[in-house]
Amino acid sequence: MSDVQLDNTQVSALSPQAQQSDDTATLLEVRNLKKYFSVKGGLLRRTVAYVKAVDDVSFAVRKGETLGLVGESGCGKTTVGRTLLRLEQATAGEVLFDGRNVLTFSGSAMKALRRDLQIIFQDPYSSLDPRVHIGESVAEGLTIHGIGDREERVQKVREALIKVGLHPSHMQRFPHEFSGGQRQRIGIARALVMNPRLIVADEPVSALDVSVQSQVLNLMRTLQHEFGMAYLFIAHNLSVVEHISDRVAVMYLGKIVELADRKGLFTSPRHPYTKALISAIPVPNPRARRQRIILQGDVPSPLNPPSGCRFHPRCWMARAICREVEPTFEEKVPGHWSACHFSEEVIDSLPARQ
Amino acid sequence: MAAITPKSVALENKPVRSESQWETVLRRFARHRMAMISLFILVIIFGLSIFAPIITPFPRDQIDQSRRFFQPLTINPETGEMHWFGTDHLGRDYYTRLLYAARVSLTVAVTSTLLSTLIGLTLGMLAGYFGGWVDMIISRTLEFVATFPLLVILLILVAVLLDNENLIPIPGFVLNIIMAITSVDRIDNARVIAVVILTIALLFWTGTARLMRGMVLSVREQPFIESSRALGGSNLRIMTRHVFPNAFPPIIVDFTLGLNGILVLESSLSFLGFGIQDPIPTWGNMLNFAQSYAFQHPWMTLVAGLPILLTSLAINYVGDGLRDALDPKMKI
Repeated sequence: MSDVQLDNTQVSALSPQAQQSDDTATLLEVRNLKKYFSVKGGLLRRTVAYVKAVDDVSFAVRKGETLGLVGESGCGKTTVGRTLLRLEQATAGEVLFDGRNVLTFSGSAMKALRRDLQIIFQDPYSSLDPRVHIGESVAEGLTIHGIGDREERVQKVREALIKVGLHPSHMQRFPHEFSGGQRQRIGIARALVMNPRLIVADEPVSALDVSVQSQVLNLMRTLQHEFGMAYLFIAHNLSVVEHISDRVAVMYLGKIVELADRKGLFTSPRHPYTKALISAIPVPNPRARRQRIILQGDVPSPLNPPSGCRFHPRCWMARAICREVEPTFEEKVPGHWSACHFSEEVIDSLPARQ
Repeated sequence: MAAITPKSVALENKPVRSESQWETVLRRFARHRMAMISLFILVIIFGLSIFAPIITPFPRDQIDQSRRFFQPLTINPETGEMHWFGTDHLGRDYYTRLLYAARVSLTVAVTSTLLSTLIGLTLGMLAGYFGGWVDMIISRTLEFVATFPLLVILLILVAVLLDNENLIPIPGFVLNIIMAITSVDRIDNARVIAVVILTIALLFWTGTARLMRGMVLSVREQPFIESSRALGGSNLRIMTRHVFPNAFPPIIVDFTLGLNGILVLESSLSFLGFGIQDPIPTWGNMLNFAQSYAFQHPWMTLVAGLPILLTSLAINYVGDGLRDALDPKMKI
């Protein structure tokens, strides 16, 4: 990858936020975020290669909106969430929260920021300490930040539990006494009790039973209406993302390939990868006939990503230029961003039947 | 949504039964029958040894050649008093001596195991939690210390100490405390006890540290640790509130095993002639004398070995009960 291309993405990534800030205020802005994991090898444990888990990702989350971040396993979507919460050290880039770069924050500033920035974890079973009462677990953030006295904290925990649909008497219980859905509610209460402005939801429903998924999703949406926090909703399930998101970003192999509002993305995708993903959403109607796009091959190794457009080895639209030139991530129509040389052709194009 | 909210709000004002986490643990422990019985036995053993001077019918070191090898439950022909556990090869009352012996044996075992567990816990926690060069230093030290043969070092140290008592400086008040607790009347014996405790504590922690490090390594990677960090929890908080409670339970079992090991080690030391010496009784040296007469008077070994067995078993059960009570997932 050459420097020239890097600069291109940089410029194009910066401009949309300026436009967007006019209509809706930006809460979180991620600029050119990179996270490389070094691969050690050899006798001296030297770094022999990098896994580019997140490679030059830029997006913004507006106040009170839900931005869905989708992609298949290993595309780096979870790493994005973890890096912007500083659970991982970013390799490069900026994460602006209220215009201040979170990645440069000192320990105490970061601790203060964590009140506003919460996370809901994927696995509701292992993200709660099995030896801590629910009451204490939900109150943990309050305790850490010294909010209120003991009575006030108990009161806040009660309120949070009621808000997520649990009973205050559950405070005395331990995590193993709850079902998966209930535990995820507890996880939400842990975040909610801090009254945050942004919640990173890292695949919050993918470990849950399908019948429980919609309950938790609806709960999250109800809470958003009531408290006005923004969600960065990370998931691999497009129908879940469609259900909850205002805007959706699609990641492939460490990069965002398309970003648009929900309607625009699902009705007129401008990247072949998005189109393939959408075509794979099951339709609950056995008579419906449509062509599913089945991508050939596997996701290439992020250790050694393909040249040019990273999607080209699996793309039915790929031409010579895709192998050589990496497409810039740019605004094709207002509010609709895509990184494809032939974004106009995506809607009408279908792979030859196999 | 409608399904959840109304019901919850209606029940909102019901008072929440409040119980601290320790109350929960105690309540669960009380339901563990073997653990409660064992705790009772331990309390009796400790109580008897503490009140030994009041309870015991005979002076500790009173020798009477005419009353050697009395069997248990023999009545003293002169005073009419009962020798509950008989008498030893010098005609001293076995019951009296066992109670006094408990003082030395339990002091050595409990103190040195507590100290070594404390060292092992701390070092294992630091190594496992911080990793990197901290782990490097602690783990290499651990491997180095683990190669020391404990018994041999003990023998050498005690031998040196018997030779030159000022070689290892031990503060006078420590010796006074030891003498008071164990009712050892000679200062050089107190010195030996202090050195034995210290040496065991300084050499015995490696197993605990290794166990703790492994537990911490696995607990550290759990998502709930990350969850606490995302809320802004400090290292100290995460270590004490989340890592320690989840890594601790196997250490309880390790503690009970260590305690048993040291009870036996103390008797080996006495057997080799370097422990606490006659006339001061310990469970170890009493068992060793009993061994010499094992064929003529087999009851001696039984009586002398019984307290070690009982204490070991009881401590094991109490440990099990504590471990189960601390695990909320365990149904008791």
